[in-house]
Amino acid sequence: MESSASEKVILKAIDLNAWFGQVHATRGIHFQAAENTVNALIGPSGCGKSTFIRCLNRLHEEIPGTRIEGQVLLNGEDIYTKGIDPVSVRRKIGMVFQKPNPFPSMSIFDNVAAGLKLAGINKRSLLIEVVEKSLRQAALWEEVKDKLKSPGTMLSGGQQQRLCIARALAVSPPVLLMDEPTSALDPISTAKIEELLIELKKEITIVIVTHNMQQAARVSDTTAFFLMGELIELAETSQMFTNPKDNRTEDYITGRFG
Amino acid sequence: MERYFEIELRNLKQQILAMGGNVERAIELAVSALLDRKVERFEEVHQLERKINEAHMQVDEACLKLLARQSPLATDLRFVFAIIKINGDLERMGDQAVNIAMNGKKYLSEPPLKPLIDIPRMAKETESMVRQALDALVTRNIQLAEDVLDRDDTVDAFKNQIFRELITYMIADPRTIERALELILIARNLERIGDHATNIAEDVIFAITGKDIRHGLRKSPLSGVPHANI
Amino acid sequence: MMISALRDRLSVRDVRRTMVNRLMLTILMLASVVAIFPLISVLVYVIQQGWPALNRDLFLLLPRPVGEVGGGMGHAFLGTLILISMASAVGIPLGIGVGLYLSEYGIGKIAVWLRFAIDLLASTPSIIIGIFAYALLVVPLKHFSALAGSLALAIMMIPTVARTTEELLKLVPIHVREAGLALGLSRRKVILRIVLRGSIGGIMTGVMLAVARAAGETAPLLFTAFNTSFWPKGIFEPIASIPVQIYNYAISPYDDWHQKAWAGALVLVLFVLLLNVMTRLILQRKPTVRE
Repeated sequence: MESSASEKVILKAIDLNAWFGQVHATRGIHFQAAENTVNALIGPSGCGKSTFIRCLNRLHEEIPGTRIEGQVLLNGEDIYTKGIDPVSVRRKIGMVFQKPNPFPSMSIFDNVAAGLKLAGINKRSLLIEVVEKSLRQAALWEEVKDKLKSPGTMLSGGQQQRLCIARALAVSPPVLLMDEPTSALDPISTAKIEELLIELKKEITIVIVTHNMQQAARVSDTTAFFLMGELIELAETSQMFTNPKDNRTEDYITGRFG
Repeated sequence: MERYFEIELRNLKQQILAMGGNVERAIELAVSALLDRKVERFEEVHQLERKINEAHMQVDEACLKLLARQSPLATDLRFVFAIIKINGDLERMGDQAVNIAMNGKKYLSEPPLKPLIDIPRMAKETESMVRQALDALVTRNIQLAEDVLDRDDTVDAFKNQIFRELITYMIADPRTIERALELILIARNLERIGDHATNIAEDVIFAITGKDIRHGLRKSPLSGVPHANI
Repeated sequence: MMISALRDRLSVRDVRRTMVNRLMLTILMLASVVAIFPLISVLVYVIQQGWPALNRDLFLLLPRPVGEVGGGMGHAFLGTLILISMASAVGIPLGIGVGLYLSEYGIGKIAVWLRFAIDLLASTPSIIIGIFAYALLVVPLKHFSALAGSLALAIMMIPTVARTTEELLKLVPIHVREAGLALGLSRRKVILRIVLRGSIGGIMTGVMLAVARAAGETAPLLFTAFNTSFWPKGIFEPIASIPVQIYNYAISPYDDWHQKAWAGALVLVLFVLLLNVMTRLILQRKPTVRE
């Protein structure tokens, strides 16, 4: 199948295992994402895809009692190397969550600028520039440019989520992770964000967890099917949805279970 | 509990099978009318073809609705896709049967040219191919479908034989040309029906395995290819 | 009566249910009135009694020698201000710190014991806390001091502030924290600049309530700050406070002093009222994050 993206692998997971205490949540995952692609992770509830994606930006280890083994390579470098600060990893691998979560008591401007401001970058002109660029990237600029000082929580659900996307983009991460970003939104907001992803991937690489197979089919270049902590199949999206190799993938996609 | 989609798919298959039955019957009728020299039977062929056309439209509509509402994926998607195409092939077969009837009517307006042996055999072969291709669809059996592809050679051989024989007739006696031509056209129509049956078989193989083997891309036996179960 | 009209529209069961509903509602309203009654009556009484003695002298003058009329309790007002300022300087940061710790890092045995300790401290009788401050600061220094008094008050403020802080921080949903972390900010920054900022309104409420309470505590001050009749001299010296002054005046046999006691009580009540009103206003303007 033809693909407009380059074939350079920007993110790679090698034999990734993660535990919640005694529970072996993800088992031996081998995953990769090429630059400027959208990669969807699908699978039934509890199959480990949310855990896996949180291992990609070292967020999983913030939960007490968790353990991780294996490697995650960003541009060839393992982010789990001893001595690497997880905080710096997360500046390169951003994340947008299921429930829109603008920072409370902060204006739209402050929300988008938070990643820079709180990291110590205070130059006003730079912040203004970055905020506008990020809001444009998130297709929100036109709607909020006249009310940058109003609280982030005043926006509608769909707008809040785009605000969170702008906030994540403001620190210019090469990879953006999204954990069911449109599950809590109405169909129109969902459609807007899906259109957004197709534009965004020209500049960054996206990994998106979704419960909605139609969404995975619409927006992603490759799809990975997870089941009970394992990565069952990773394939080009059209291939996955017209002719999956594994029976379990087939059963899940056609709705025969889960 | 059976999925709603499975029920819908089963209905579609029933409709296709019914169409196939009508196609078989139409071929049989047309050829038997020819053999028994009963012109009135050709009218029945026309009636059957009308039923086939009606079903053609219903199946297309049903498939479109199914795609819009169910958004089927993987095997489900391939099956609906295949059924749409098989639907088209069956409708064309109906048209061919009517063509046979029209050619046959012209043939019967004159005294018989020769005993008809190959044409009925060819007709039986193609009827059987249609039935087998549709069986393959319903039972999801690749072997049956592959076998249909092989049998097309037999049909082609019949056609060539009939052509050669009738050409000798035409060369020997120009007064036989009109009748011979009608028989040649009938043979041609039967050969086309055979081709449509192989199209159906190819679509069935695609539906089951996901492999597109049309236009001579079938290189090796397909029994080793993993395919969907159930 | 109404019942016949009701009956026309409802069945007997419905009628009975409606009547029972209304009866219960009436009882509940009565209960509320009864509960509020003491507050209202105290307020009215204090205002009645204290208002006449409320004048400028009260705030600016020192008490006259025993038996003489006139003077004021300015030293007590100033003393209370000094005491709660010093107590806040220690109690508020400590309280917020404990609340922060319990909310953000509060898993494990230390947190369990700490929470238990805070709860115990909250229910410890104030006089016991006073004794503790007495033992700690009065005995070694060999005299009463403002320092001891503020220590006692600080200890009393800590549980309130800590509990409010912890509860409010917990109200901030976990995904706000996650979002902060995901942005590449350290835990410390996330807690201080995002989580805390989001609950600052509510935390201020807790602080003000703690201050209001501390302003009115008497028992712990009785033998730590003790009392004086002079302007505050230094933190190592005894110091007057409104509640203790009220106590002294109230048990005296002089009418003039009784009046002044009422006035002092009124000021105290007004102060507490003011603080509470302010917290309400602040809460309205800066709503805490809710889910």
